[in-house]
Amino acid sequence: MGEPGTKEPLSLEELEASTNMRTGRKHVLSILVENKSGVLTRIAGLFARRGFNISTLTVGPTEDVQISRVTLTVDGALHPIDQVTKQLHKLINVLKIRDLEPADTVARELALFKVSADGTQRGELMQIAEIFRGKVVDVTKRAVIIEVTGTTDKIEAFETMVRPFGLIEMMRTGEIAISRGRTET
Amino acid sequence: MRAVDALMECLKAEGVDVVFGLPGGANLPTYDAFVNGGIRHILVRHEAGGGHAAEGYAKATGKVGVAFATSGPGATNLITPICDAMMDSVPCVFITGQVRTDLLGTDGFQEADTIGITMPVVKHSFMIQHPQELPRAIHEAFYIARSGRPGPVLVDFPLDLSRAEIDYEPVTDVHLPGYQPKIEGNQKQIRQAAKALAASQRPVIYAGGGVVNANGAAELTEFAASDRFPVTCTLMGLGAFPATVEGAEGREGGLGDPNPQWLGMLGMHGTRAANYAMDEADLICAVGARFDDRITGKLSEFAPRAKFIHIDVDPAEISKNVPAHIPIVGDARNVLAKLVIEYRAIGADPARLDAWWARIDGWKAKYPLAYEDTTDTEIKPQYMIRALYEATGGEAIITSDVGQHQMWAAQLYDFPAPRRWINSGGLGTMGFGLPAAMGAAVGCPDRLVCCVAGDGSVQMNAQELATCAQNNIPIKVFIMNNGYLGMVRQWQELFWDGKYSHVDMGEFPDFVKLAEAYGVTGMRFTDKHTLVDDIKRAIAVEGPVLVDVRVTREENTYPMIPAGMAAREMVG
Repeated sequence: MGEPGTKEPLSLEELEASTNMRTGRKHVLSILVENKSGVLTRIAGLFARRGFNISTLTVGPTEDVQISRVTLTVDGALHPIDQVTKQLHKLINVLKIRDLEPADTVARELALFKVSADGTQRGELMQIAEIFRGKVVDVTKRAVIIEVTGTTDKIEAFETMVRPFGLIEMMRTGEIAISRGRTET
Repeated sequence: MRAVDALMECLKAEGVDVVFGLPGGANLPTYDAFVNGGIRHILVRHEAGGGHAAEGYAKATGKVGVAFATSGPGATNLITPICDAMMDSVPCVFITGQVRTDLLGTDGFQEADTIGITMPVVKHSFMIQHPQELPRAIHEAFYIARSGRPGPVLVDFPLDLSRAEIDYEPVTDVHLPGYQPKIEGNQKQIRQAAKALAASQRPVIYAGGGVVNANGAAELTEFAASDRFPVTCTLMGLGAFPATVEGAEGREGGLGDPNPQWLGMLGMHGTRAANYAMDEADLICAVGARFDDRITGKLSEFAPRAKFIHIDVDPAEISKNVPAHIPIVGDARNVLAKLVIEYRAIGADPARLDAWWARIDGWKAKYPLAYEDTTDTEIKPQYMIRALYEATGGEAIITSDVGQHQMWAAQLYDFPAPRRWINSGGLGTMGFGLPAAMGAAVGCPDRLVCCVAGDGSVQMNAQELATCAQNNIPIKVFIMNNGYLGMVRQWQELFWDGKYSHVDMGEFPDFVKLAEAYGVTGMRFTDKHTLVDDIKRAIAVEGPVLVDVRVTREENTYPMIPAGMAAREMVG
């Protein structure tokens, strides 16, 4: 406990509230959960109930079979992030939550684009794919499927580029993210 | 050993002395285990009654309340009590039967997705998928229910697994890596709080149900006494700070003098002294309270001059509604005990509060909880509560339903100790009072338990009178009968141009006859001059009693902060 209080005065004016402000940016929450039935429902239900909006959500195994990782992105302009994480912490099956700092994080998303392309357009489309380091994974007479991996920004930029060709379908996995350096996410 | 027999062993190991429940197809094995299980079971008439009884038991004793139900409709009938326990942080374990595992997901007879339906309103839940998991799940359920911020935990148990044989080994530890409540409080923050209190000229302590749950009433009283801090409590916190102190001439008839540091309850139907003090405070120390809308009124105008110390065991409550300046995560009892030491060490000058007390005492004198009494025999509802207070010497456990009678009981029965006031605050569940009284009486057989009911509310769980009669559970139910859904009527009068829409309950049923039909003593009181003695007479009757107290039909609960308005806009 240390020594009891000092006589050093404190001015109430100086006290500042621990704010619950909206940060205005996207947050990537990396959540370790017990691999048990119903855990995802609990997380999704919590978000729905509290009126928090999930932008993307991915779930997958980790190196430990008893533990799964949920990576979800939340818009910090719409919701107070500390309230979101505190509520998540109350779920018994949630083991650990990290609000990943963008600068210290490598984030990736996988997307598949089905774009209409006949013979004349195919070349140009493949050039664009190359610039984005995308891969053509399927070609038919009237369409190609391109696989792109990258940050959300990159995927969105690619989408803008191929949309004029006729975007038939797009599928995105949502982001996964891992912290840089030696420490665990 | 069958899994259900292991269940009985687990309950005994958890110190469970009573279970409220109702059997059905899916929990037949469990009920077979009750035959020689060595655990008292009280057969209720409706699962909601059982659930609220478990809550009443838990609130009165501080132990975990337990209720059982079968699958499907049995489980869905439990949902209101589960949600109620969640809102008011009541430690309860609910164990429901489930259809056989081979029927799960097939819409089998009496199948309901109990885990799914209850997920938003439980602290946690367990679906038993292998009979061997049961003992650990039961102990984890009890641990989660009572620790940290208490709450309801549900265990859903399929029929075929419940009768399976298991190797039972007593479980002595729980392993919950994702659940580690912080209860101690950060010492630096506590010191900071002590300094802020010493610097404050106009402090108020705002205490909630968390103080009761943490068994921290003595610590709160000591903390308040360390410097004459003004104290107000929420509806859930009443009794955490004694409304009365022993009078100069001792406690005549058990009734004390008003506690000079007590401001009364705050919030929508709180006292002006409490609400005005919050409004003018420069520092508010919130302990185990959650700044709900019935407390704050219009959030943007709530306590505009104040800085906030917020002590709560649930970190998610801190800065949820009102940003805290000094957040302290910890159990009210631990934190208050440390705060007293830190505060005393500073040696603040108590005289600095003189001007503040002069202002508060001015409000107390100017705005007491007054009402206009009648000149004839008519019983005013407020008088009924004071008569009950006098007749019980202020020493009863009082449960209530929800509505006007609840607010009058909260305002006018001066609770001298915690766990004497049991009501549904967060969810506001009509029909809570009677079964909760039943649970409280089973948990505290040596204490008088009275339910102040509304004539509307009491009908929502009146069937439990049969349970009381059969088990001779001696609750005394006093119905504040005005023939209306009174609070709704009040709002229609005040805010909907006096157009009454479906609030008149008429003279139905005849409560005396209803009592008699259930095998309970029925009485009717109509004269205020004899009311105190009449109530004493009802209390003296052995066994359960249902009393129809006829009160003024149209009386409003005042004072009142209309919904969404600020404390300064109190009316009445």
